[in-house]
Amino acid sequence: MNIIELEPWELALAGALVVALASCTIMAGLGVAKPLLIAAVRMVLQLSLIGLVLRELLDANNPWWVGMIALVMLAFAGREVSARQKYRLRGIWGYGIGTGAMFVSSFAVSIFGLAAIVRADPWWDPRYAIPVLGMLLGNTMTAVALSIDRLTASAWQSRETIEARLMLGESGRQAVSELVREALRSGLIPVINSMAVAGVVSLPGMMTGQILAGNPPGEAVRYQILIWLLIAAGCGFGMLIAVRMTADRLFDERDRLRLDRFCH
Amino acid sequence: MLQVEQLCFLDWGPLSFSIEPGECLGISGDSGSGKSLLLRAIADLDAHEGEVLLDGEGCVDHPGAAWRGRVAMLAAESRWWFDSVRAHFPEDFDGSILRGLGFSGKDVMGWDVSRLSAGEKQRLALARLLAREPGALLLDEPTANLDPGATGLVEQVVSVYREQQQVPVVWVGHDEQQLRRVANSALCMQGKKLKKSW
Repeated sequence: MNIIELEPWELALAGALVVALASCTIMAGLGVAKPLLIAAVRMVLQLSLIGLVLRELLDANNPWWVGMIALVMLAFAGREVSARQKYRLRGIWGYGIGTGAMFVSSFAVSIFGLAAIVRADPWWDPRYAIPVLGMLLGNTMTAVALSIDRLTASAWQSRETIEARLMLGESGRQAVSELVREALRSGLIPVINSMAVAGVVSLPGMMTGQILAGNPPGEAVRYQILIWLLIAAGCGFGMLIAVRMTADRLFDERDRLRLDRFCH
Repeated sequence: MLQVEQLCFLDWGPLSFSIEPGECLGISGDSGSGKSLLLRAIADLDAHEGEVLLDGEGCVDHPGAAWRGRVAMLAAESRWWFDSVRAHFPEDFDGSILRGLGFSGKDVMGWDVSRLSAGEKQRLALARLLAREPGALLLDEPTANLDPGATGLVEQVVSVYREQQQVPVVWVGHDEQQLRRVANSALCMQGKKLKKSW
């Protein structure tokens, strides 16, 4: 069974819908037409580009190329995480914590999934490695960005309360323990919600793609289950690392609240 | 004894003074003159230079949290972060000082923070601080929200704690008459320096 090919003019029809939406938002004075159109054009260009890259990557079948593409993806994800922060850590930390956390969690979980579960030959086969890593990074990025943003914003809001707790002799970690818990919860909730409705309300993109491509649904479902479990683990561990490191940067070695380390 | 030696923070200082155990030092000065910043520096909440010692032990000899557990600061405005009053107190708190602060007993511990008045919050913030039995008190306008009756209670409770535990107290306030009542000596913050008042 072959997939029905999509011609560029057919995609343009779908594009016309977005243009129509943009005109509506202009008329309603929402001010989101420009970012909407820019994001749509970016998406088209980026996906076309990665299509070319993937074709080369699959042909070349070289682990170094796979590793390099993975690092490029990580660099973009890291930039995105730091761009989504209202209060950003100054200097290298602002970029480093999110990127480091995603590197540790997404890469470790991907490698575990590829080498121990999928067991492609070789395990870094780009046909498996790049999509798996991409899905993990995409979700981890959202969770990490959300949880760090939540933590720093709430610390900013309740700085006087935090200092009141420090004045009673609590350590920095104690003084923000409730905020840390809330930040972790808020980061994990999108993942929990998505898993809760998977298959009932939403059919995840990867599974849909496999079915469209003519794979048996049972096979597609098993891959989707694997991906969701990996995503949950990757998001959770990534957030734990990122939120803990950010929380520790809120205080210095004397346990003083150091919001001056953040800019906004 | 609380010793402050050559303390500098931002462009204040150098400031030096010492308080004997069981004595109270009053500090007055216009608002914005840096009285609260001085308390924050002593409590090591802000970066500073110079030494602060309690009973001969320096601020830097202890972790920040341990130092603030001994040299406890009461902020001018109290903050509350749990729903119930009780959750803000140590578990072994016996409630004995509550009566001295004008509460009829321990039932205030079961109240919600949201039903406390500004004055009740301020008195309970003092109780919460003393419940941890600090070795020195830094009080930032501890009676600012209180009526004369409650002001007298707070003055009384602080002086009883100061004398029984023999701890040094710094009392920051505007009211010259009050400082005369509660303090053994007083300094005035003027032009980022401390001047002897009496």
